[in-house]
Amino acid sequence: MGFVSRGFRGKRRDNVSSSRVPPGQYVVTDFPVLSAGPTPHVNLDQWTFSIEGEIDEPKKWTWKELSALPADTVTKDIHCVTKWTKLDTTWKGVSVDTLMEGVDTAAEFTTVYSDGGYTTNLTLDDVTGNKAWVVYEFDGQPIEPQHGGPVRFFVPHLYFWKSAKWVRGIRLQKEEHPGFWESNGYHIRGDPWREQRYWGD
Amino acid sequence: MNSESHNHARLAATTQVEEARLDGNAIGGLLREIFAVEMTAAVGTCAFCGAVNEVGRVQVYVRAPGTVVRCPECEQVLMKIVRGGGRYWVDMTGVRCLEFSEA
Amino acid sequence: MARAAVLGRLAWQFGTLAEVVQETPRVSSLYLDVPDWQGHLAGQHVDVRLTADDGYQAERSYSIASAPDDPRLALTVERLDDGEVSPYLVGELRVGDRLELRGPIGGFFVWRGEDDRPLLLIAGGSGVVPLMAMLRHRANVESTVPARLLFSSRTQADVIYRDELSRLGAAGDGLTVFHALTREKPAGWSGYTRRIDEAMLKEVAWPIQESPAVFICGPTPFVEAASQLLVAMGYEPRSIKTERFGATGGTA
Repeated sequence: MGFVSRGFRGKRRDNVSSSRVPPGQYVVTDFPVLSAGPTPHVNLDQWTFSIEGEIDEPKKWTWKELSALPADTVTKDIHCVTKWTKLDTTWKGVSVDTLMEGVDTAAEFTTVYSDGGYTTNLTLDDVTGNKAWVVYEFDGQPIEPQHGGPVRFFVPHLYFWKSAKWVRGIRLQKEEHPGFWESNGYHIRGDPWREQRYWGD
Repeated sequence: MNSESHNHARLAATTQVEEARLDGNAIGGLLREIFAVEMTAAVGTCAFCGAVNEVGRVQVYVRAPGTVVRCPECEQVLMKIVRGGGRYWVDMTGVRCLEFSEA
Repeated sequence: MARAAVLGRLAWQFGTLAEVVQETPRVSSLYLDVPDWQGHLAGQHVDVRLTADDGYQAERSYSIASAPDDPRLALTVERLDDGEVSPYLVGELRVGDRLELRGPIGGFFVWRGEDDRPLLLIAGGSGVVPLMAMLRHRANVESTVPARLLFSSRTQADVIYRDELSRLGAAGDGLTVFHALTREKPAGWSGYTRRIDEAMLKEVAWPIQESPAVFICGPTPFVEAASQLLVAMGYEPRSIKTERFGATGGTA
C-alpha cells in the first residue's frame, strides 16, 4: 500500500459487496450531475422524438403525442461508469417496445441522439424486450434539465452514459457506429456486470 | 408539464452547469501528463469556426465520464480526453492546429 | 527556474505541513515545506491528491498563494461545508502531516515581474489567491508598476488577507486596493457594497488607452460577468486573462 493521507475518508461511499452493486461501484444517495456541455434549451412546443434510418416509414411524435402513449413507471438501479451506483430510482416514460410497435427493420444497431450533439450506440437487442424507455419523469416529478429533462433515454442495464439526456430520436442502422464516448475509449457496449468500462475490457 | 416550472428549472440548471464549467487552466495538470510540456498557453484553432484561443481560454467540462473541451466562441467540441485502465484516449479532431513553444 | 517549471512530465511529490494560518472563519493558509520544489511563477497552481486507506483518491487544484521567492509554498483554502477535499485540508490536516501534490502548473494565467503594463486584478472570493501571489511577487521584486486590485467578498469577515492587503496598499509603491462587499453594509465601511458592475469598473479600471494587463479569478459566473463587462466597455479581450474556480473553490 502506497501513501495514505492520514485521516482522509472522502465522500460517503459504501463499498458494500452486494448482489445489487456491480464490480467496482459504490452506492451514493445523492444524484450526481455530469455534463459534457451546456444544458440545451428545449422547447416542448417544438420538440419531437423520431425513429428513423433503416425503416420503411420513419416515425415521429410530438410531446403531446408521446406523453399520451401508454407509459410505464419503473424502478431500477443505475450505474455510472464513474463508479457511482444509485439504487431504486423511479422513472416514468414510454417503453421503446411501444415506440417500435409495428416497425419492420433489418437493422441490428441503433444510434440514440440528443439535442446538443450527444450520441450513444446500442444494439437493437439492448433497447427492446422491456429494457429501454423514453422517460419524462423522475421520482414522480418532471425530469430537471440538468438530469436530461424534459425527456431523456433510459436503459439501466448498461452504464448510465448510454441513457442519453435530452434525447430526440433513435436511428436504426445496419452497422454499428460508436457514439460520443464509445468512439473515445469507452466500451462499445458497457455492461456494468462485466465491468465493460473501456476499450478492450 | 408546466412550462413555467420547466423554465425556472432550466434557469437553475443553467446556473449549475455554468458553475461546473471551468476553463483550460483546470486541465493544466492533465495536459502536462499527456504532452509532457506546459500547455495552458498553447494556442489552438477551432476546426469548426476558426476561432483562435489559448488553452487557458477554452471551456472545460470536467464532471463527465471524460474531460470535454469546447470552443468559447461556437461551443463545439475541441477535445475529448478519457483516462482509465492505465490508458488515455485523446480526440483532438476539433482542433485544426495547435501551436506551442519549444520551451 | 522558469525553464524547469515548464518542461517535463510532472511527478507527484510530498510537502509537509509546517504552519497553518487562519485567514477568515472559513479560510486558512497552509504553509508547506516541499523539499523537491523547483520554483514557480505567480498565478500558477498545484494539484493536490488525497488517498484514503481503501485506495480511494480525490484530486483538486489549488492556486499557489506564496510568491516565487518565498521560503515556503503556501496554499490558501476555503473550507466548503459539502466539500470532499477542503474540509480535510482545513480541519483535519495537521502540522507534520504530508500532502501529495504536483506542480507548478499553468502558463497562461501568470504574471511575471518584468511585465511593465499597468496591472488590474479582479477577484471574487477565494479567486484572490493567485492574484495575491502576483501582488506578493510584485512587492518582493520591488516593482512600481501601477496596480489595482478590485476584490469582491461576501462580508467584511470573509475578506481574505485583509490586513496584508491594507499594508501592501499603504506601501506607496503604486498599488491601490478596492473592496466590494455583496452581502453586508457595515457601519463605517468605505468600500463598495454591491456586486461588480460597469459603474464600479469605470471608477476602478485603468483607462483603455493605458492597455492594462487584466487578471480575473473567482467562480465561473463572477469571472464571466466581470470579463463581459470589460469587453463591452471596450477593453481588448486578449488583454484579459481569466481563471475560473469550480464550486469546490479550486479549479476542479
